[in-house]
Amino acid sequence: MNVHADTKERVEKLQGLGSSRKRVEDARFTQGAGNYVDDIKLPGMLFGDFARSPYGHARIKSINKDAALAVPGVVAVLTAEDLKPLNLHYMPTLAGDVQAVLADEKVLFQNQEVAFIVAEDRYIAADAADLVEVEYEELPALVDAFKAMDDDAPLLREDIKDKMEGAHGPRKHHNHIFHWEEGDEAGANQALADAEVTVEEMITYQRVHPCPLETCGCVASMDKINGKLTLWGTFQAPHAVRTVASLITNIPEHNIRVVSPDIGGGFGNKVGVYAGYICAAVASIVTGVPIKWVEDRIENLSTTAFARDYHMTGKLAATRDGRITGLHCHVLADHGAFDACADPTKFPAGFFHICTGSYDIPVAYCGVDGVYTNKAPGGVAYRCSFRVTEAAYMIERMIDVLARKLDMDPAELRMKNFIRKEQFPYTSALGWEYDSGDYHTAMDKALESVDYKALRAEQQENRAAFERGDTRKLMGIGVAFFTEIVGAGPVKNCDILGLGMFDSCEIRIHPTGSAIARLGTISQGQGHATTFAQILATEIGIPAEDITLEEGDTDTAPYGLGTYGSRSTPVAGAATAMAGRKIRAKAQMIAAYLLEVHEGDLEWDVDRFQVKGNPDAHKTMKEIAFASYNQAIPGLEPGLEAVSYYDPPNMTYPFGAYICVVDIDVDTGVTDVRSFYALDDCGTRINPMIIEGQVHGGLTEALAIAMGQDISYDEIGNIRGGSLLDFFLPTAVETPLWQTDHTTTPSPHHPIGAKGVGESPNVGGVPAFSNAVHDAFAHKGLTHTQMPHDHWRVWETARKLGLTG
Amino acid sequence: MSKIDVKMTVNGKAVETKTEPRTLLIHLLREDLNLTGPHIGCDTSHCGACTVDLNGKSVKSCTVFAAQAEGAEITTIEGIAKPDGTLHALQEAFRQHHGLQCGFCTPGMITRAYRLLQENPNPTEEEIRYGISGNLCRCTGYQNIVKSIQAAAEELSVKEAAE
Amino acid sequence: MIPGSFDYHRPTSVDEAVGLLAGHAGNALILAGGHSLIPMMKLRMAMPEHLIDIQDIASLSSIEVSGPQIEIGANVTQAELIASEDLEQHCPILRETSLQIADPQIRNVGTLGGNVANGDPGNDMPAIMQLLDATYVLSGPDGSREVKARDFYEAAYFTTRDEAEMLTSIRFTAPPAGHGSSYMKQKRKIGDYATAAAGVVLTMSGDTCASASIGLTNVADTPLWAEDASNALIGTTLDDAAVSAAVDAAKAITDPAADGRGPAEYRTHVAGIMVQRAIQAAHQRAN
Repeated sequence: MNVHADTKERVEKLQGLGSSRKRVEDARFTQGAGNYVDDIKLPGMLFGDFARSPYGHARIKSINKDAALAVPGVVAVLTAEDLKPLNLHYMPTLAGDVQAVLADEKVLFQNQEVAFIVAEDRYIAADAADLVEVEYEELPALVDAFKAMDDDAPLLREDIKDKMEGAHGPRKHHNHIFHWEEGDEAGANQALADAEVTVEEMITYQRVHPCPLETCGCVASMDKINGKLTLWGTFQAPHAVRTVASLITNIPEHNIRVVSPDIGGGFGNKVGVYAGYICAAVASIVTGVPIKWVEDRIENLSTTAFARDYHMTGKLAATRDGRITGLHCHVLADHGAFDACADPTKFPAGFFHICTGSYDIPVAYCGVDGVYTNKAPGGVAYRCSFRVTEAAYMIERMIDVLARKLDMDPAELRMKNFIRKEQFPYTSALGWEYDSGDYHTAMDKALESVDYKALRAEQQENRAAFERGDTRKLMGIGVAFFTEIVGAGPVKNCDILGLGMFDSCEIRIHPTGSAIARLGTISQGQGHATTFAQILATEIGIPAEDITLEEGDTDTAPYGLGTYGSRSTPVAGAATAMAGRKIRAKAQMIAAYLLEVHEGDLEWDVDRFQVKGNPDAHKTMKEIAFASYNQAIPGLEPGLEAVSYYDPPNMTYPFGAYICVVDIDVDTGVTDVRSFYALDDCGTRINPMIIEGQVHGGLTEALAIAMGQDISYDEIGNIRGGSLLDFFLPTAVETPLWQTDHTTTPSPHHPIGAKGVGESPNVGGVPAFSNAVHDAFAHKGLTHTQMPHDHWRVWETARKLGLTG
Repeated sequence: MSKIDVKMTVNGKAVETKTEPRTLLIHLLREDLNLTGPHIGCDTSHCGACTVDLNGKSVKSCTVFAAQAEGAEITTIEGIAKPDGTLHALQEAFRQHHGLQCGFCTPGMITRAYRLLQENPNPTEEEIRYGISGNLCRCTGYQNIVKSIQAAAEELSVKEAAE
Repeated sequence: MIPGSFDYHRPTSVDEAVGLLAGHAGNALILAGGHSLIPMMKLRMAMPEHLIDIQDIASLSSIEVSGPQIEIGANVTQAELIASEDLEQHCPILRETSLQIADPQIRNVGTLGGNVANGDPGNDMPAIMQLLDATYVLSGPDGSREVKARDFYEAAYFTTRDEAEMLTSIRFTAPPAGHGSSYMKQKRKIGDYATAAAGVVLTMSGDTCASASIGLTNVADTPLWAEDASNALIGTTLDDAAVSAAVDAAKAITDPAADGRGPAEYRTHVAGIMVQRAIQAAHQRAN
């Protein structure tokens, strides 16, 4: 056997970086042996359910629990009055506000939690919830964010009406939450004043919901004898939940164990802390038995974690030949009744200031005002980093609007303004340092792959045929180029509730050469148990199949801030590589002792240390592992373990070029997605199969958002679109075939160069779909129309342009 | 309300239990029989996560009363593999072709596909897409699910030809 | 989402079922496939004290085709309608329509009787039964009676069925051989009710339309038989003017609600487009 072939075989055996390794998680899921929160069954367990408000805004005059308590099998009915002595009727939100756990004197959104029923089973709990008698006095509802700060706007938050200094500075109205800004407003205004060409649009990114297939839930179990509270639940950040639970219940943190079992999708929905978790925990503390609470789909869509609801006014300044000279943008952010946005503390609008996108814009400003309305709280990052999809949508729509005004091809305008390869690391006008990128190469590859020129020629023919009356369909081509900012993040400027956003990995090598690694993150379908083992396999030379990976149990896993914002690979993935390198460093010392050479005389080769120039003299990691436990090695402690807490020096900046082709039936507004090409650059690729799967899923969610999802409210605060009858989740029939592609531009600061990918397709997908719909009507003068581009809205657009009726 | 007797055959085993008439089949399976493979995703018969096979037909067990299934033969995801533990071709194919991510829709999806391939052993891509249109997935965008079902169909037809 | 409590009955004959209905008048509902009723019960918008499951009444599960006369038992499922080659041969609009209802799992349990009897204007089969001029057979304490589908619907969820009666079968005469038919349904996704839908059955005599019948789904609080629109086609060559007259006549009788599918004006517009396309498709299929 020659050396080269042997090396290749050993590399393949590892199934490390770059291998499309099959997932280790799948065996249990394909056999129905997953363990999700609602599968947990404990002796004596009781069930919780909520009585909820039918009104969007009302005063609670009285609550009568008698009828509910009289139902056989009902153990307790909790209201705000019961929680007040424990000081738990309000809970802190992730955004520095407080949120009523059970409504205190007022309800502020429809389906708000009013009473928590504890009963022997979920059927009895539901019966009793119906029997809680609440007398309400209806109040005028505020549903239009643009009217929130009117002089005569109703006062929503009586609990903070005198508190005019909010978590993010002064509030200028009783319904105002914060004003936050970044950049040079005077400079941006000057650029607009001086510009040869300007464009302005108010772009709304409608309220939607992450809607993972599993809803939120938990089981709380207070062991009164040992004083220990265990919480199993749908938590994307179990360690943060433990710390927050300790702070608000005063139970010492070592007496709280938080476990995230298998999670049926998260997409941001499971980052927050919800009233159900608090009520279940309180009820278990009071009763001493386990309490399960699992929301149903209507509760999920109407109360836990909406996303977006941003009204963004963008202005671009440009030269006549298409050079962008400035960006000014203001956002009116509808946060609902409580500010429960999931953003790092310093950034009440998340990373919205990535809104200069992929373009070299010399001067920029963005300002954001958050307001309260009678809608559910939330504002989570639905399959995106914090507010990045809003920013990407705004800039990618504005670029198209500018292209129309300049009568320039939208792809060409993008190419003209891209940050050039040699400008990286690039500091944007709004202060971000982009780590790496090669946008022109990616865009060229995308345009060539779809034969963009031919598509534009076909579109010309289609338009001519439409004018002749030969077809009633219009073809649209949507181009989007996005830059994500993920991997929060450097502790120096990213924390949530004061918890620094590092992440962690702890590794133990067993004497026989297999290993266990534990991380501070938690998979919700991303396949961490598969991919993190691959990172480690390459780092320490132990086959991925011999590495068990565990996450989600705070009693065993090292502390970390969890999985959202595409941060697992950039942060925990880096921690994994660094911990692996610590293992390897000690292994090298052991190998040197065993081979009786100096450490410096050894080199690493796939799964072993060998003497330089004499590969036959080597010790494999397996041999080293055994020796580490069983041989006395002078100057070294026994064992082979390592832990790494990784605080990344910077975010990572994945990017991509997406091109979508649609055919619109102008008479019905029905829009068919003919093709969708997605090129993603997420740096080093750990598992191409999983990356491709993530892109497929993210694009499908983007399709749903752009083409149909809409959580809206009527004028008295009734939620519309609150069940899967109306809330658009595409089936296999509505979902097109996805074509994926990639370029690879590693992150220079990440130990293995990986950037994260899970959220890119949502960030880039939404503008690609939207731009395609707009492009179909561009020749008729359409500049912008609001999402979702569902059938009737598209038809309405066609009608206003005189094309149908 | 008084409880009633319900007898059925679940994954080949006779089952007899007492339950309220209003008990939904999904709850009987999950709570009383500890078959937690089928899941509840929407409650309104849209998502298909609760799909089981009832008398040779795919149904959504969140919208069937256990009482209606009196006398029925039911197969859940737990009954798809052979009794000796050999996985069904679909279970293998979903792993090989990355037809799942979070796994929550997977039991319903595979149980539906199991029946689909008996109704139509050689479905086209379009027939698969329509055939699983009562099952929602939020993670995969369906592409690899369709691929998995196609692969399983091929595997099963090769096996059948060999037998 | 948990339904309220009820007593469960599983009769084996129509008489027994009707006896139960009459005995618990006003507090009992028939349970067929249950995919309209059970979600309503889980939302607690329906709280019957008694449910009468009709799955064991064998006589309700037959499809009888004798010549052009067709009788379909109330408990025949959409999947069974799709599978019936007899029906496909005599009245293909039934398969075409059934395939556009909900999804495979729901079609396995959803019944024709349930679809037409509960009065939900979103259901697809009532308009088809109206355009076929079908007759519903109702059994009650005083025996059975027949009601025309065109006379059955009063308002959303209100029909002429007495609460002590159950629908047992649907009878109609199949359109003559050589007829063309089509059901065009626009919806947001699989599993959705129609934004608007139209069914058309027509026959041609040479180039002339000899008969035509049009039904509309989900564009009013009842299904609609579009009589004027149908008449606008008869005796014409189905030229643009005739089609356009039919479309206008059909749109004129719609009165849809605004909902997530769009404002009323849009849904009326789509009804017109569906009528137009269904006429074209039916025309192509006729010979």
